[in-house]
This record gives sequence, C-alpha cells and structure tokens, in this order.
Amino acid sequence: MSAFQRHRRSKLIIANFTGFEADLLRSLAGQLVELLRNEAAVPRDDVDPFEALMDFSGPEEEPDDPVLARLFPTAYPDDEEAAAEFRRFTEGRLRDGKAAAAIAIIDGLEEAGLPPELDEDGLMIDVELDEATAETWMRSFTDLRLALATRLGVEEGDEAYWYSLPDDDPRAQAHDIYEWVGWLQETLVGALSR
Amino acid sequence: MGHVSAPVEVEPTRTPDEIAQTAKPWVTIVWNDPVNLMSYVTYVFQKYFGYSKKKAEKLMMEVHEDGKSVVSHGTREEMERDVQAMHEYGLWATMDRQE
Repeated sequence: MSAFQRHRRSKLIIANFTGFEADLLRSLAGQLVELLRNEAAVPRDDVDPFEALMDFSGPEEEPDDPVLARLFPTAYPDDEEAAAEFRRFTEGRLRDGKAAAAIAIIDGLEEAGLPPELDEDGLMIDVELDEATAETWMRSFTDLRLALATRLGVEEGDEAYWYSLPDDDPRAQAHDIYEWVGWLQETLVGALSR
Repeated sequence: MGHVSAPVEVEPTRTPDEIAQTAKPWVTIVWNDPVNLMSYVTYVFQKYFGYSKKKAEKLMMEVHEDGKSVVSHGTREEMERDVQAMHEYGLWATMDRQE
C-alpha cells in the first residue's frame, strides 16, 4: 500500500489499500463502534421506560472498560463532584462523535469499493478524502491506536519487548497492527500539514 | 472604602501577563501518554488553539519530556470546552485551578 498523500492538483488526501488492509481497517473500526455502544453510556434498564427516554443526561462514573476509561478521561482528577458533572454533560456526545468517526472510515472504504465480504484476491481500494473527512479519519486512527495500545499494555519505550516476541505470538501480531495504524496516522498528519 | 485618595498602586513585581492571567483562573493540562504521535499532538495544538508551529512544538515537547504541559488558560467554562475538545482528539487532558 501507499501512505496517505496530498494529491497535487485536486488537493484531496489520497491513499490506496490492498483488500486485506482495507478489510482489517474496517474490522478495527467496527470493533471500536461496538465497544463505544456496548457499555451503554446510560445503563438504566431499571427505570420506567418513558422516564429513561426523557433523561438526556450521561453517566457520572468512569467507565469500567480500560479502553473507554482512556478515551473518556476524568477531567477533574481532584474533584469527584465536578468530574461527575463534566462526564454527565460530555461523555455521551464524545461517544457519539467517536463512533461517527469510526463509521466514516467504514463508509469511506466501502464507497471506495470494499465489498461486504472480502473474497477476491488482488483487490485494491483507492480512497480520496476531502480535508474534513481526512481529519475525521486521523482522529479515529488515534482512538483505534489508543484502544489497541490499552489492550496490549503498551508503555513508553517498550519497543524492544514487542520485537523480542516470537512472530506467531498473537500479541506480536496485534502490536504490528498497532504500529501499522501509527504509520498510517503519521503519513496522514503529514499529508494534512502540507 | 474610605481611604481612596491615594492613586491605586500596581504592584511593580507583576507583569501585564501575570495580571491578565489572574482573570483566567483555570488551566487545561495535557498529559503524556505512550501512544500519541509527536506530529499529531503538534498538529492538534496548532489546529485547535491556533498556535504557531513553534509554540505548538514547544508545548508538545513539554508534554513529551516533562510529562505534562499547560496548554491554555481561561475561565472554567472555556477550559471545560478545551478539555472536551482534547478528549475528542484523543489527548489525555484535565483541568485545574491556576497555581
């Protein structure tokens, strides 16, 4: 595949993926959407359904899932009450925004020709993104990388550890994917800065 | 309020910058994480705050090397907006009262 680039004449941000790569990216984005919607922002099946519908407030406590806790950090580390209030007003919207960004990646790949089920070899997917869509992809790559890194337990300066794992270790494979998305993001930031 | 005949004295030790910041009692802090790319963090600071590349890079290096950096000052409402925006971008941000 090629890195993200800015097309000289159209100014669009372009990249091409193999079918396998596009399918992998779609699958990562799909899992993130599922996670964002899975641990409900407002888990309230214990109340009157009408009351639940009329309640637009969000959660007040940090999510249990470490990925979600990283995506939605506590804004006031030393003030529990203010932190709960901030979360109640922001987390729902942040979740929707992050899910919409991941869906934009899925839609973009499918509009560029990625079939629902990848079954042919040699398929190439060319994407062309306008500035705003490219920025949405860039933000979502961050979320994907944060999710992968949190699951893997990536730490500062631990590259040697990951490279020391045998190739068939599933964590080594997941770390390769994490690095690949990092490389995609690096080239996308570069293309957008140009 | 009886003794206002003398002209108001501005403390000579305070620069205009410091006086301006008193009116902006809250700060947004971005913390280092092992994931976010240096180029991306710089991009976000330029794009969202409208900082020059030089200033954005300086703040990014503070995050990277000191573990955190104060990236904006303002009212509590302004800082809540900034923290929310940083979370949209996937940066680990918190807010606090100005020290």
